[in-house]
Amino acid sequence: MNKKLTLAAGVVVVLVVFGYFAFGGLGRSLVYFWTPTELLAEGDAAYGTSVRLGGMVVPGSVTWNAETRELRFRLADEGGVIAVQSAGVPPQMFLEAAETETPIGAVVEGTLTREGVFRATNLMVRHSEEYRAPQHTEQRGEYYRQLFREQGAKTGS
Amino acid sequence: MTNTIGYLAIILALFLSLAGAAAAFRAAKTRSSALTLLGRRAAYGVFGLATLSILTMVFALVAHDFSVSYVAQVGSRSTPLFYTVISLWSSLDGSILFWGWILAGYTATVVYIYRDRYRELMPAVTGTLLAVNVFFWLLLAWPANPFQPVFPVPPDGPGPNPLLQNHPFMGLHPPLLYLGYVGMAVPFAFGFASLITGVVGGDWIRAVRRWIMAPWIFLTAGIVAGAWWSYEVLGWGGYWAWDPVENASFLPWLVATAFLHSIMVQERRQTLKTWNILLVIATFLLTLFGTFLTRSGILASVHAFTEGLIGPFFLGFITVVLVVSLALVAWRSDQLRSEPALDSLASRETAFLLNNLLLVAFTFTVLLGTVYPLIAEALRGVKVSVGAPYFNQMSIPIALALIFLTGVGPALPWRRGSPDLLARKFLWPVAVAVLAGLAFWLLDVRHLGAWATLVLAVFAVGLLVGEFWRPAQARRRAHGEGWSRAVLNLTAKNRRRYGGYVVHLGIVVIAVGIALSSTYRREREATLQPGETVVFSGYQIRLDSLYAGREPHREFAEAAFSVARDGRPLARMTPRMNYYPMSTQPIGTPHVRTRPTEDLYLTLMAYARDGSTATVNIIVNPMVVWIWIGGGVVALGALFAISTAAGGAEPTRSRGSSTERQAEPVEAGVGGAER
Repeated sequence: MNKKLTLAAGVVVVLVVFGYFAFGGLGRSLVYFWTPTELLAEGDAAYGTSVRLGGMVVPGSVTWNAETRELRFRLADEGGVIAVQSAGVPPQMFLEAAETETPIGAVVEGTLTREGVFRATNLMVRHSEEYRAPQHTEQRGEYYRQLFREQGAKTGS
Repeated sequence: MTNTIGYLAIILALFLSLAGAAAAFRAAKTRSSALTLLGRRAAYGVFGLATLSILTMVFALVAHDFSVSYVAQVGSRSTPLFYTVISLWSSLDGSILFWGWILAGYTATVVYIYRDRYRELMPAVTGTLLAVNVFFWLLLAWPANPFQPVFPVPPDGPGPNPLLQNHPFMGLHPPLLYLGYVGMAVPFAFGFASLITGVVGGDWIRAVRRWIMAPWIFLTAGIVAGAWWSYEVLGWGGYWAWDPVENASFLPWLVATAFLHSIMVQERRQTLKTWNILLVIATFLLTLFGTFLTRSGILASVHAFTEGLIGPFFLGFITVVLVVSLALVAWRSDQLRSEPALDSLASRETAFLLNNLLLVAFTFTVLLGTVYPLIAEALRGVKVSVGAPYFNQMSIPIALALIFLTGVGPALPWRRGSPDLLARKFLWPVAVAVLAGLAFWLLDVRHLGAWATLVLAVFAVGLLVGEFWRPAQARRRAHGEGWSRAVLNLTAKNRRRYGGYVVHLGIVVIAVGIALSSTYRREREATLQPGETVVFSGYQIRLDSLYAGREPHREFAEAAFSVARDGRPLARMTPRMNYYPMSTQPIGTPHVRTRPTEDLYLTLMAYARDGSTATVNIIVNPMVVWIWIGGGVVALGALFAISTAAGGAEPTRSRGSSTERQAEPVEAGVGGAER
């Protein structure tokens, strides 16, 4: 009986400690997903919080400086626009979409600074869970077409 | 025409499984052999109809019959034949049809194998499996009907999701996962049937153990293949991101793993009956939950899933299974009463209990992280995601404790171990592990998690090797056999036991691969002009050229790199971006050079339109290949473990099984006192 009691007590202690860590760890790892409108509505509270910001890239707003490796663009939704600054080469599809002014969604991870610029540590082109065929109005970048002309096509394996 | 045949088969399968389930449940009560036979024949019939409907679908896909809604959704004339056939499971309706077919296959197989055994139990097992069939065929007949007529018939279709036709692994990973997922219905059916009939103990436990092992092997292989697929395709150099879709496959695996350990305790000690029933129910529920998660659109938005009927259907079915099962458990609580499980703390039972506790805690951790965003969105209206730090922080200590147990569990004898025996078994492994710990530290393995994993791995392998070595040594002395002969005879006579130990070795190998590749991964990005070289981690990587090309179903831009080390050429690597006609976005394909010690992983990130520069992401990933090798070892060990007829299958017994019978008492002896 005593052994049983010890065992039960042990299990309870383990569960409590485990639960404490699980919920505590969860709280610290949460990343909130906000739209520009929601982020702007937060006011001062938004500064410095690590969030995921998702919106549409404003056509024509993308500039990429290869020297400083600085990428700037604006993310927007119906209710707001936020300037985003990120470091590192943008993904190909981001560039292609920006050039053809195809509407494209992007998600950036980072924080809003006091200057009102969102400093992104991570940039993702939005993938939807479900695959969707392109609409007729959407243009493809077809960046690679020029490579055909420049180099001549090779047939891959 | 195609639609009519396919849909008719689905409707007939629905009604036949309904009628069969009714007959079988009635037979469970009345013991009527005529009704039992009816239920059994219904199971075969459902499988026949399921096969007809799936063949119809494959035929429609291959013939590009775009009057079939599913073909219009995922088919394309330009898709190569292989990807056309496997697009059967590339989208929602088709994958549910595939689910239903596998379920019908399992049902027919189980009903056939046990047609002459477990007479009091089998009608209820048949009934339960057919009832699950009813749910899936109802889903296919109504909200997930893949055979809806399309009019006017389009001349061509979009083709499957480009990500899913980018790598041949797509032909392997989903079927393995589905075979694992759906197969969990079989042990559930046995557990559920035991509750209905009140036959809670008995030798059918052996059948259940076998039937949890088979889907467990598929699920394990499916998870590893999925990790491999995402590593080879997605281009970020990782294989696991704690993505809800990944977690959905991992959750039932964790509970099933707990179950296949604790069922051994019940088999031997007639205890933990309630616990085991709960685990097997939880496993099945988690497979349903995983399917719900990945197939209802709930991940995109909590509110998306109510737009279709599939989400509510699944939620309803999960609720019904949960409520009915728990009610049955409560009702049968008298029969489920068990003997106390523990005689001594230093026993295998304790190891099993700890293992179960850890695995359930692991399940809870992953489940919490997976569903928290859904709950937060539903209750508070906020979009939130749980970051990988949570999962890593929680799972690393649990995983370390589990690695510890992979070695300690097999070394501990049943009931109680004498201190003398334990000292003999543990002395060498502890000594070797301590020395290895020092050595790893001096070799600069200073990351605590990685170091602890390696040390525990050495310790576990030491104990496992001892479990082979001691009995082999005993055989050598007793029979005068050579080493290899002794090990062969030993393992052949005790396949379950030694197969299990091989599985443990495989798990340790996987753990080492994960620990080292996640800790010592090196990465950098470089923008190069043709002819330019970048040096990273000892590799000289030179961009040779950038070019475009054309394949039947896609076009691509490819960068060719020459990789050398110390001026000695190693490889030509060609990461690329694929452009599918029906996708606005390019789909990258990394190039991976796999070697036993490390992988070199190149991803083409971006390139200049005129071909003047290409940006490449270079990742050096140590020891990744050991994860896939470990997965193979696990699968082979588990196959070896169930390769006898010992689980109690056909009455016509083969040569191996008679020795297995004799070996059983010997095994008990070996566990207790070594010889």
